[in-house]
Amino acid sequence: MTEKVGVYICHCGTNIAGPVDVEEVARWAKENLDGVVLARDYRFMCSSLGQELIQEDIKNEGLTRVVVAACSPHLHEKTFRTACSKIGLNPYLTQMASIREQVSWVTEDRAAATHKAKMMVAGAVRRVQLQEELQPTEVPVNPNTLVVGGGIAGIQAALELADAGHKVFMVEREPSIGGHMAQFDKTFPTLDCAACILTPKMSDVGLHENIELLSYAEVDSLSGFVGNFDVRVRKKARYIDEDACTGCGICIEKCPKKVVDEVFEAGLGYRKAVYRPFPQAIPKFPVIDRDTCIYFERGTCKACEKFCPTEAIDFEQTDTYLDLNVGNVIMATGYDLFDCGKIPQYGYGRLANVFTSLEFERLCNAAGPTEGHILLRDGVTEPQSVGIIHCVGSRDKQHHAYCSAVCCMSALKFGHLVMEKTGAEVYSFYIDMRPLHKNYEEFYDRLLQEGMHFIRGRVAEVTDAARLPGEDGKLIIQAEDTLIGKQRRIPVDMVILLGALQPRFDAKETGLKFGVSAGLDGWFTERHPKLDPVATMTDGVFIAGTCQGPKDIPDSVAQGAAAAARVQGMISKGTVLIEPIVATIEEARCSGCRICNTLCPFNAIEYLEDKAVSYINPALCKGCGTCVAACPAQAISGAHFTNDQIFAEMEGLLYDVIGSNGATVKSPQPALEPA
Amino acid sequence: MSDGGAPTPEKGKLALYWAASCGGCEIAVLGIDDKVLKVAEAFDIVLWPCVMDGKVRDIEKMPDKSIDLCLFNGAIRTSEQEYMAQLLRRKSKVLVAFGSCAAEGCIPALANMNTREEIFQTAYHDTPSTDNPDGVRPQIETEVPEGTLHLPLFYDTVKTLGQSVEVDYYLPGCPPEPDRIWDALVAILTGQLPAPGSVIGATTTVCDTCPRTRNEKKIKEFKRTWEIIPDPDTCLLEQGVVCCGIATRAGCGALCPTVGSPCIGCYGPNEGVVDFGARMMTALASVIDSQDPDEIDRIIQEGIPDPIGSFYRFGLANSLLRRKALAHNGDGRVAEPA
Repeated sequence: MTEKVGVYICHCGTNIAGPVDVEEVARWAKENLDGVVLARDYRFMCSSLGQELIQEDIKNEGLTRVVVAACSPHLHEKTFRTACSKIGLNPYLTQMASIREQVSWVTEDRAAATHKAKMMVAGAVRRVQLQEELQPTEVPVNPNTLVVGGGIAGIQAALELADAGHKVFMVEREPSIGGHMAQFDKTFPTLDCAACILTPKMSDVGLHENIELLSYAEVDSLSGFVGNFDVRVRKKARYIDEDACTGCGICIEKCPKKVVDEVFEAGLGYRKAVYRPFPQAIPKFPVIDRDTCIYFERGTCKACEKFCPTEAIDFEQTDTYLDLNVGNVIMATGYDLFDCGKIPQYGYGRLANVFTSLEFERLCNAAGPTEGHILLRDGVTEPQSVGIIHCVGSRDKQHHAYCSAVCCMSALKFGHLVMEKTGAEVYSFYIDMRPLHKNYEEFYDRLLQEGMHFIRGRVAEVTDAARLPGEDGKLIIQAEDTLIGKQRRIPVDMVILLGALQPRFDAKETGLKFGVSAGLDGWFTERHPKLDPVATMTDGVFIAGTCQGPKDIPDSVAQGAAAAARVQGMISKGTVLIEPIVATIEEARCSGCRICNTLCPFNAIEYLEDKAVSYINPALCKGCGTCVAACPAQAISGAHFTNDQIFAEMEGLLYDVIGSNGATVKSPQPALEPA
Repeated sequence: MSDGGAPTPEKGKLALYWAASCGGCEIAVLGIDDKVLKVAEAFDIVLWPCVMDGKVRDIEKMPDKSIDLCLFNGAIRTSEQEYMAQLLRRKSKVLVAFGSCAAEGCIPALANMNTREEIFQTAYHDTPSTDNPDGVRPQIETEVPEGTLHLPLFYDTVKTLGQSVEVDYYLPGCPPEPDRIWDALVAILTGQLPAPGSVIGATTTVCDTCPRTRNEKKIKEFKRTWEIIPDPDTCLLEQGVVCCGIATRAGCGALCPTVGSPCIGCYGPNEGVVDFGARMMTALASVIDSQDPDEIDRIIQEGIPDPIGSFYRFGLANSLLRRKALAHNGDGRVAEPA
């Protein structure tokens, strides 16, 4: 080897220097590893002084390769690559050894940790000498943006971008945008009417010249890369010609088929087979529900068609596909509500007057099934007492360990609305009261003064089995009041369960489609939990709102705006640098077996019929290595992850087993027999 | 061939040797037909135990590097074979690992899935035809009234020729195709050789020479050859037949897949491939058409009941696996036999 390798061991304060003898690692590397011309340890390699140390050595000692043994490359690889490139060393000639995450944080014994750090350094030193100079390529950013999901987070993001003059495609699965917020009655803590503040924004979206709204549609596939995504959208058949429809609503009026509205009215109200979820729906065009429409069931009816003044009804319509090009994607796909029936002791689905929070929102809503009257399931009786149970499915290791963030404030809001509208007694059963944001604590205080009862303790059960006087015909909530250390039985007329917010049922597939990972709890994972909350590990794909985790309306709006700001930054810059770590196919070795053709998650591989070989488009390749691993002929190699580099790293990691020269892995020659 | 007199000075010397192998490579040499006469024109054959008498002691007496070319077929299974490999290495200018056994271990190396003890137990005890009440086993040394008799040591592990001695060139194939043998001989005679240590052969795979039409691959089910009459024009692998042509070095002319029989990989891995079996397994795993782990398990277990036999039939000794793990002392070293 003719390379001159500099090795830098970071103390990371005591993060590494605590469990690892860093001076010893540096000394050992200098003395034992081929190619190492100097090895230093330093308190914080990532500090500007640490970076200057490397730059000085490159200049004065003529280093041709740099190894930094510090934290995970995930955090500081870019830092050190940039530091090296500033002094003229190609950034891809540096290598990090993760002796913090992979050694010091996970190894208690100092001798073992020090030994492990040495092996990690040996692997990096071996590898770095085989690394090659690589050059990133610059490509333009398409200024159009795809926003997936038309809830409040997606609406905010779309409007921010559109108002700034950029084209936005908004894809919404349901017939109308608006999301969960459109179903709510009031919003905490100000008690604004949700529709009053939401619908103006919805109609802005519908009318905006820069927004193309694709409702009743889903993203079928996403390919490409930051700045240049290809999106295929499936527009589900509405059976209504959007160009002809005026939204007059005669079809809805004349439709003879009434069905329970399980989505928007949460099962409490009815809609027709041709319907708009709610009067202020955007877009205004109704949808014919194929599953319940009499014509699709029996082949006759067509009442809507007969009465439509503009001949907009089209029973022959089929799903259509649209191909879009966008530079960035904002995912605002929202949440699902926990199925409260999964906690049978709370009686949902068994005891009529146990309601979910969404059902209660609809009961309260002036446009809802009871026109805003809070009534029991019989539709006539006003409750005289109401129990609200927090944390149903949240903060519960059997279901979701996390806190759903919005339930405490919802409970306060519900309490206020019940007392205002019915004068009923309201009991809240909470574990901890968490009114965290601006003016929330004040709202809690207001409810305390308004006379809402707070009982601290998780509810054991809701039952209709009366035991004590006064319990007949009531729902009895059994709970321990942990503040007074006593069991309580509170008889009430109505129970509201504050079900957890949980990831969408199809979040996993959605994540795969968009290249976004999810945590164990199923929420999409942000690039950094504190410092990069709306970006993801896939460049150009951002997340906003509750798809990232439970949050309330103000937080969702803030994230929508933040994601839009990130996208605007990309658009303003105009170009992105594409990592040169890509796979290439050596034509002479490729036999055109086509194993790799279907594997690429970024659709970068095409088959060239004329040459009978496969080809990788370097602009689309993300260097993931899937095809490199799969190619049976080893015709594909991944830049920066060549076989030689990987084997060299492994040989280094096995330094203590195979020694400094390291028999090559290909032909190990240990004496298995007597000579 | 020598006519008994002194070799003509301009003629080179050729040796052919046969270690642990089936003898097919010897036949393959004759497969070059009348060109064998041209070989005889160019070389004096100094050793070819399959065809003519020869004595080890004669070779031992030859000066080092006095044999111009040695074609060595067969793997190294015993100490005698290893001795011959070392001897011929010393005496030869160019040593060629001829055929799959010498190049990568081939069928003899499948024995690396067992130990010497297990093999002896089967051969000298368990087989129904064995009648060995005294439990006699081969011994390296046996004392008889006339003196000491010697048998070669039977190794625990079959090695390739390259794992015993330095090899100049590899000529893969089980056996190598006569045309490829002739190509290699011409290359050697005319000095048009690749870098020492490399394979004389193609750098692409059998698919490159296969006449079948290849499409994108999505495999729902692997089929054994007796379960299917394959479509004559479509890639066998796409039809679910485990065809190793995708990973196997070209050179045979795709003889097997052309007639509807899957490639079994006898030409070994393509240039640059470290582990043939690993390549095959990652490739096949990549195109299984399912996302459900249980279904994938079922597809693999039902369709590929013998992964070693399917993917390491020819290359176990030369693979990263090399052999089934031997008992260890706990310090990474192989335990001494009891």
